Amino acid sequence: MKLFHSLMAAGFIAAAAGWPALAIDISGAGATFPYPIYAKWADAYKKETGNGLNYQSIGSGGGIKQIKAKTVTFGASDAPLLGKELDESGLIQFPMVMGGIVPVVNIEGMKSGDLVIDGPTLAKIFLGEIKTWNDPAIAKLNPSAKLPSQSIAVVHRSDGSGTTYNFAYYLAEVSPDWKSKVGFNTSVEWPVGIGAKGNEGVANNVAQTKGSIGYVEYAYAKQNKLTYTKMVNKAGKTVEPTSATFQAAAANANWDSAPRYGVILANQPGVESWPMTAATWILMYKKPQDPAAAAEALKFFAWSYENGAKMAEELDYIAMPKNVVDSVKKTWAGEVKDASGKPLYAMAR
Amino acid sequence: MTSLYAARRRRNRIMMRLSLAATLMGLAWLVVILAVLLWEGLSGLSLAVFTEMTPPPGGTGGLLNPIVGSLMLTILAVLIGTPIGILAGTYMAEYGRHDRLTSVVRFINDILLSAPSIVVGLFIYEVMVAPMGHFSGLAGAVALAVIVIPVVVRTTEDMLILVPNELREAAAALGTPRAFVITTVCYRAAKAGMITGVLLATARISGETAPLLFTALSNQFWSSNLNAPMASLPMVIFQFALSPYKDWQMLAWTGALIITFTVLSLSIIARALAASRKP
Amino acid sequence: MVNVALQGDVVAAYGFAARAKALNRLRGIDIVFRVLTRVAALGVLVILGGVIISLIDGSLPALRAFGLNFLVEERWNPVTDKFGALAPIYGTLVTSFIAMLIAVPVGLLIAVFLTELCPMWLRRPIGIAIELLAGIPSIIYGIWGLFVFAPFLQETLQPSLIAVFGNIPVLSALFAGPPYGIGILTAGLILAIMVLPFVTSISRDVFDAVPTVLKEAAYGIGCTTWEVVRYVVLPYARVGVIGGVMLGLGRALGETMAVTFVIGNAHRVSSSLLAPGTTISATIANEFTEAVGDLYTSSLIALGLILFVITFIVLAIARYMLLRIERRIG
Repeated sequence: MKLFHSLMAAGFIAAAAGWPALAIDISGAGATFPYPIYAKWADAYKKETGNGLNYQSIGSGGGIKQIKAKTVTFGASDAPLLGKELDESGLIQFPMVMGGIVPVVNIEGMKSGDLVIDGPTLAKIFLGEIKTWNDPAIAKLNPSAKLPSQSIAVVHRSDGSGTTYNFAYYLAEVSPDWKSKVGFNTSVEWPVGIGAKGNEGVANNVAQTKGSIGYVEYAYAKQNKLTYTKMVNKAGKTVEPTSATFQAAAANANWDSAPRYGVILANQPGVESWPMTAATWILMYKKPQDPAAAAEALKFFAWSYENGAKMAEELDYIAMPKNVVDSVKKTWAGEVKDASGKPLYAMAR
Repeated sequence: MTSLYAARRRRNRIMMRLSLAATLMGLAWLVVILAVLLWEGLSGLSLAVFTEMTPPPGGTGGLLNPIVGSLMLTILAVLIGTPIGILAGTYMAEYGRHDRLTSVVRFINDILLSAPSIVVGLFIYEVMVAPMGHFSGLAGAVALAVIVIPVVVRTTEDMLILVPNELREAAAALGTPRAFVITTVCYRAAKAGMITGVLLATARISGETAPLLFTALSNQFWSSNLNAPMASLPMVIFQFALSPYKDWQMLAWTGALIITFTVLSLSIIARALAASRKP
Repeated sequence: MVNVALQGDVVAAYGFAARAKALNRLRGIDIVFRVLTRVAALGVLVILGGVIISLIDGSLPALRAFGLNFLVEERWNPVTDKFGALAPIYGTLVTSFIAMLIAVPVGLLIAVFLTELCPMWLRRPIGIAIELLAGIPSIIYGIWGLFVFAPFLQETLQPSLIAVFGNIPVLSALFAGPPYGIGILTAGLILAIMVLPFVTSISRDVFDAVPTVLKEAAYGIGCTTWEVVRYVVLPYARVGVIGGVMLGLGRALGETMAVTFVIGNAHRVSSSLLAPGTTISATIANEFTEAVGDLYTSSLIALGLILFVITFIVLAIARYMLLRIERRIG
């Protein structure tokens, strides 16, 4: 009996000791697309201010769900929400950074930039209509390459993903077949292939599986030394995935015209444009449940806008242009308020 | 030697050789798995693993917060589950050994013992996480406690039944109230066995991932707040192993080595304890 | 047990007030303890009841929307909100079937070895070694499967299966497709390794319980070891072995982490064993935190309910059979 009592007491003490709140940790969840750059920013921010960012890279679908369930301070998604959905939930969205999606392959002897693919061929591969690497359609784009007769192992996302949204959007733009059979959304009914979790999972699977093809955000291909391909863009030119080609596509974006900053950058015109460029957004409540945490989050985002451009460049992400940043800050000051109506973000002079 | 006899001998020889082969194959799997685990895990093992927190991809770091988180969750789960388990087992062995409730509870308990742990996670999500509105270490601990309880109930009941009735009768003859007979005499007699049960339960939950998937989630930073997502070794291994970053994968293997070592040591200690009781 | 000693009121009647108070306090503790234990025992029932109720409650929206069609619909589309459980159920059943197909013969043979052939001093170490396989956490099986076993299979077993069965009419469909490395067959093989210790240890316990008299009688008339096992031990131990097999099956059906890593996450029913698929627990593990929308979440919980029902039935049969053998052993 005595042992039992002391055990219970120890239990309560242990539980109580864990209770007090710590130095502010902003919590967020969502897209795996921007995770490498968010992680880099968070690390630098923590070194500078001591406040940390706990970001769970669970996919855009997860980010949307968690912010709607109010279990996190902000959600992150590369699939923009429609105005109606934002209003219904009382959310605002703003773009944080842009990047490029690249096809990655695992073919013996093939190095990054060796293989050239265009939109319609990519669609046929993911539809399961092109089954081997030495298919005439691929050979036509790559006359000098030695293509094996290996079967193509398609790797796609198994979770709800903004990367999928942008990738499928692009395929729908270039292939009417894809548009009618599959369509685009954060999660689609893939005709063939293995499903992997997150950009991380796709990268991992492609690296492990011979003869595979997948699609990942460029930083994942770069950081993990995956073999990416060149692509043929809308203007018919073959382009490589680099900062410059992502910038070229991003320059076309008309941020003022799109309601709630919801611009899709896939299949942009321009000789230099990378066909699968995408922006990624942050979702926050207009009237957050925890105003203090929300204010901290806004501070982090402001800091990242101002100081994060160089780090973004190192990972080949594109920072938002200044006029968009200014517009976003105005949105914060005007819309994100605490319970008494006081704005949580104070505009700097 | 008739041909029938020869055929029978041959059949016997084949089957015996097959059974030897089966045993060697079974052992081979164990050796292969442990060897790979040691090979991959040891290469990442260093003091930093125990002193630094989980790094962002591309950085260096350790497994401090998941280790601490796992410790907290495990200890809390055992603290919650053990008393309930012991009390239930006590009822089944002492007060209600032959009544209807006990046989039903015994049956239900055995089902819960082998139930898929992901279902337990779903259950706790529904009753704790959803109403609370956020993930929390506490929900994770409760989910693990639900896994601890059947193990402790089973071993407590089995051990208490083994205590000879003479001991109980002697204590009663001295005028000891029933509750004290149980706690001072029976528990003490069955102590080794009951501790074995707790150790086995601890070993079991140390490696469980599924119940934590939607209860405690995970946390990149130092997390000792039970009211918030909490890092744990299995969850971190899950996340890191599925990532393409080599340093994360190495940490995943090291974490796997730590868990396996802990679980196997606990099992071996429990087994040794159980064996030492035998005359 | 009558608490004769605790009759405080009797003692009080004789004027021993302090002693009466002490005795009454003891009786109070006694009653509280007894009630506590009873409540705890009922608590176990409450937990199970809670699990069932919360699962049913959570899956009602999906069940109402899809009805029994949920069980046979293959399509799983979070966008159009149409969900069907056929692919996960198929994957769960097929991987478990493959696992049992391999684990049962191998487990029985190991049990035969341990009880008949193995020298006495080796029995305990080998038995413990096999049981260590059960102690390894399932996530370890998962990462080992993903990083070691699957690539190994992609290089060796899968291409040879495709080559060998490529031209045989029916079986070629069973082993068709690009060798991904991961997939249903790989998941089944890993489950087999995980389930092996359960089958082995229960079979061994049951084989050991066969009365030596019966075995010696068989040896006495000249039976070979295999004949003793086949005609004496196995029939006697039949019920217990089946119980052990069912227990292993229950484990295989519910296994999450090992399968999630290597199953390939494809919501499709393919005829090929080398194709990716999904199981109920892998689907829930992968998609629950991201399920947006009530119908999606509810469909996942409905999957959990289906899994729970399947494992409940299998485990109930297992426990019943083991109970029968325990009663016979005494």
